[in-house]
Amino acid sequence: MLSRIVFSRFATFQKTRLASTLAFLEHSSSQLTPGSLNTVTAASKLGGVTALLAGTGAREAATAAAQLAGVEKVLVAEDAAYDHGFAEKITPLVAANVAKHGFTHVVAPASSVGRGFIPRLGAALDVQPLSDIIGVESENTFVRPIYAGNIITTVKTSDKIVLLTARGTAFPPAQKGESTAPIEDAETADLSATPTVKFISEHLAKSERPDLGSATRVVSGGRALKDKESFDSLVYPLADALGAAVGASRAAVDAGYADNSLQVGQTGKVVAPELYIALGISGAIQHLAGMKDAKTIVCINKDPECPLFGLADFSLEGDIFQIVPELTEKIKNA
Amino acid sequence: MSSKLRIMVPVKRAIDFAVKPRVNSAKTGVETAGVKFSINPFDDIAVEEAVKIKEAKKGAVESIHVVSAGSSKAQEVLRQSLAKGCDTSTLIDVGDASVEPLTVAKMLAKLAEEDKSNLIILGKQAIDDDSNHTGQMLAGLLNWPQVTAASKVDINESTGEVTVEHEVDGGFETVSASLPMIITTDLRLNTPRYATLPNIMKAKKKPLKTVKPADLGVDIAGRLETVSVSEPPPRPAGIKVNSVDELIAKLKERGAL
Repeated sequence: MLSRIVFSRFATFQKTRLASTLAFLEHSSSQLTPGSLNTVTAASKLGGVTALLAGTGAREAATAAAQLAGVEKVLVAEDAAYDHGFAEKITPLVAANVAKHGFTHVVAPASSVGRGFIPRLGAALDVQPLSDIIGVESENTFVRPIYAGNIITTVKTSDKIVLLTARGTAFPPAQKGESTAPIEDAETADLSATPTVKFISEHLAKSERPDLGSATRVVSGGRALKDKESFDSLVYPLADALGAAVGASRAAVDAGYADNSLQVGQTGKVVAPELYIALGISGAIQHLAGMKDAKTIVCINKDPECPLFGLADFSLEGDIFQIVPELTEKIKNA
Repeated sequence: MSSKLRIMVPVKRAIDFAVKPRVNSAKTGVETAGVKFSINPFDDIAVEEAVKIKEAKKGAVESIHVVSAGSSKAQEVLRQSLAKGCDTSTLIDVGDASVEPLTVAKMLAKLAEEDKSNLIILGKQAIDDDSNHTGQMLAGLLNWPQVTAASKVDINESTGEVTVEHEVDGGFETVSASLPMIITTDLRLNTPRYATLPNIMKAKKKPLKTVKPADLGVDIAGRLETVSVSEPPPRPAGIKVNSVDELIAKLKERGAL
């Protein structure tokens, strides 16, 4: 224990002397994404944070970033070339700013954009990134899940520049601080030699419900819902009664009951809400990887052998088609 | 398109997706003795996509080259991919070393140049290290466009334009790029076929070349040191409730409602 305290003091001492961290933040309609707030928290564990925002609307989002606790400076690259988060363009931008300011660490959200450009930047800088970190032990030592979250590993890197993506649910969102950081123009990047990926269209699932990745309550449906109509008529009313986001197992998504973007699991979203209610989900390890850090897990399933019963805090064996409407009514009337 | 498609598909041999991994007794890694290994599921999808393109675009695909970096046991996944329709294969024999994505990407970049590949299809992540790095790094090293987590690929063989639907946060996006390019696969891209016995027999005669990392001029020493591995703490045993009322009462008791 003593050695641990000494070690952590040493780490604190080191970080104030050496680390300078660039946090790549994402925005949508000039608002910081929820995952960006978690990324600031992860980055601030390494020392003072410089935030970088790019693309159309970056300057407006930068105003919010400048007010976050832990952010010391904000760099803005307001240029449509960086829209849609194409890794081919973001990589030279971040590389140019690392070269100019000498950042020792670059942290991005473990989102589709962060996962896209951080490894490409790794290739450009000849460093091996660490993805989806859930803990910061020191400037060069990080904790991350492997094997679908069945194993937790602590890894020490010897690279001079450390590239990281941070798992949103592992770090609390950064709050508004007391001071406002200065906003400057980012170093510009030479994009002349970069390959082009053309944006054609996007289909984003629109929803009034809380965002799945950051919701405090999630109601998820699985294969046992039998069809899209049952999914819609059972899962959504319960989610509405709870003010919860809606999730789905891969089986439910593959069968067309729910949109791809709702998939919870190793290859979908990783969530860690206060309450996770699984309806008709058996609990394959790939699904568990996406939700087993939820604070309270409820499993409703008619199969007594369902593996999720082994993990759930409260399990109710029975027919979801009878139980869910009853549960929804009783919660509404409570 | 001026030249035919030369597709490369990198594949990895990993612990089977249905196996729950355990920390080994020395606490240095994951127990592999007596554990079932298979092709990484995303890579199986990459193989399937390459073969589907070859079948759909008669004559447009010159070859499909499947590559794996691993121990000699990785030959199994190469043979399996050959049986599904790949033409040639290369094992980059790294012995029992575990190689990091950057190292793998460097070796693949070298092979892609030698092979004059113009389309590389990889799995979006390996289900063992869950890094989700290699495809993007390879694209970076080659300075090619990349599209990750593809759920639909459409190649126009006359123009060399590739249109890809891919998964992004909150939905999906359609983008296009020109060959040469890198695509990584999402689970929804296709359903891999099973190799038939006659094809498994034929695959035994297909080329399988073995090279060493040194032949590719790549040093496999990594940058990362595993300090520790552990299993996540087990959750406390749950309670079985018998009615909706009891469930609601328990959730209230816990402050979850």
